[in-house]
Amino acid sequence: MPVSVPAVQIRHLVKSYKRGGQVVPVLEDISFDIATGDFVALMGPSGSGKSTLLNLIAGIDRPDSGELRVGGIDIMTLGEAELADWRSRNVGFIFQFYNLMPVLTAFENVELPLLLTGLSSRARHEHVDMALSMVGLADRMEHFPSELSGGQQQRVAIARAIITDPAILVADEPTGDLDRVSAEDILALMDRMNTELGKTIIMVTHDPYAAKRARSVRHLEKGVLTD
Amino acid sequence: MHLLKLILRNTLRHKLRTLLTVLGLLVAILSFGLLQTVVDAWYSGSKAAAPDRLITRNSVSLVVPLPVHYRDKIRGVDGVRSVATANWFAGIYQEPKNFFPQFAIDAVPYLAMYPEYRIPEDQLRDFMRDRKGAVIGRKLANTYGFKVGDVVPLKGTIFAGNWEFVVRAIYDGATPTTDTSQFFFHWAYLNESVRARAPLRANHVGVFVVQVGDVARAAEISKAVDAQFSNSAAETLTETEQAFQIGFVKQTEAIVIAIRIVSFVVIFIILAVMANTMAMTARERMSEYATLKALGFGPRFLGSLIFGESLAIASIGAVLGVALTFPVSEWFARQMGTLFPVFEVSMNTVWSQAACAVVVGVAAAVLPAWRAAQVRIVDGLRAVG
Repeated sequence: MPVSVPAVQIRHLVKSYKRGGQVVPVLEDISFDIATGDFVALMGPSGSGKSTLLNLIAGIDRPDSGELRVGGIDIMTLGEAELADWRSRNVGFIFQFYNLMPVLTAFENVELPLLLTGLSSRARHEHVDMALSMVGLADRMEHFPSELSGGQQQRVAIARAIITDPAILVADEPTGDLDRVSAEDILALMDRMNTELGKTIIMVTHDPYAAKRARSVRHLEKGVLTD
Repeated sequence: MHLLKLILRNTLRHKLRTLLTVLGLLVAILSFGLLQTVVDAWYSGSKAAAPDRLITRNSVSLVVPLPVHYRDKIRGVDGVRSVATANWFAGIYQEPKNFFPQFAIDAVPYLAMYPEYRIPEDQLRDFMRDRKGAVIGRKLANTYGFKVGDVVPLKGTIFAGNWEFVVRAIYDGATPTTDTSQFFFHWAYLNESVRARAPLRANHVGVFVVQVGDVARAAEISKAVDAQFSNSAAETLTETEQAFQIGFVKQTEAIVIAIRIVSFVVIFIILAVMANTMAMTARERMSEYATLKALGFGPRFLGSLIFGESLAIASIGAVLGVALTFPVSEWFARQMGTLFPVFEVSMNTVWSQAACAVVVGVAAAVLPAWRAAQVRIVDGLRAVG
């Protein structure tokens, strides 16, 4: 991706939901860019639309109107299958509750996105080894999620997010379920992903402490960007 | 490989739930197999019928006898190879519940027409020599412990009085589906006794068994036999042995239909149970499906997971159910004594059981798989497992 092209370009983005027959606006005329390699925190009160905005950028939800380019691609024009394929190659997900498969080991959870690539078993093994070593869990590969702490599970989730080497990581309240020490650990890891691997990170958070780790912060209130 | 691993681990995720569902399937598949075997047993007589054997009976009703002198006229019909007589005896051995079929037969031609009854030569000779002798099937002998030389007392119902027969021979079936629950004795002995007790009933038989030389001419010969006795006091009705046996089954067809319906109701009930289990399972895992979708996995992968798990549970239940059908049906046959002459689990039944399991496995997964495929990722991620 050329450095000059922003990782995310948003123009006049509108999103609403239908609830009980009523149309509830969630995002109203959002326009902003996220530079490649940036670490952006999206902040705002509950219901402000920050998670919705994150979902739109990640390609797991669709806007009503506007323009949304990620890595220079207008993802609104992609069909469901194309979008799924695009996500698997371009976006890494970090969820508040980790969203690991409970029946798979840490190794198998991290390996999961690689099953969609054409990599050989040996190559997948090498990639997973490297990713888990990077997040400091090389010795926990064969552990199931239930055998890991919250912080460790989130580190597995981060390893899973980076395993396909996506340009963008989206994180929805990545420290929301963690104690302060574990949260600090995760934030430090995300910081490394940003600075050392050059990943563009977009993080939704309520926590001002977490937001401080980001390079830039955008505030949303009632579906409108306030700064 | 990874898909199979996920399916296997998901199947064993809630061990108690899986165990109970498998148990339900096992019982349903087993019940289905047993009930289908009962239906097969009902039709076993018609299946064992030979195409070259015809049965001639009184056209009014089976219970109205025919004069024995018809035998010579039938024998004279073009295409008839051999004729034998047979009388339904309906004696009671000790108690009415000890039912087994008894026939007074014209032994030489009759046994020659039934090569599927395998009788040792020396025993056959003894039977032919003894006026009160009887030849009985292996299953009947095993059920009541009859041995060669034993005296079997029967209380007559159609032919009143107390009758005694000596077991002179025990026959085995040529195949597992041969009826070996029958009891044969000499029609001559019956006729002599009847002549002494009720002379007007003597010299009559229940049916004639007619063997034809050319199976292709069976219909033509049947008509020719009946034509011999048209406009007589006792007109005849001749049909193939198979048609004759099916006629018997038709008298109780309502029971057979009821059994068939019950067997499919059992499958429908387990389908509802299984569908509920799979729906519950899919609902609990909706956030996992959404996560997989977010990672780039498509609806086909999710469908494979759900169908795979459902089919895995159904297959385990089916394998256990089919495996248990054999010993349980053997036990059931023993409990039924000679009520069902042949009680064998057929391959058709096994295939039907397997097909039912596949249908249950697939049908139970359709709705959950469709829901998982349709769910929006953002909605699925909000779902609480």
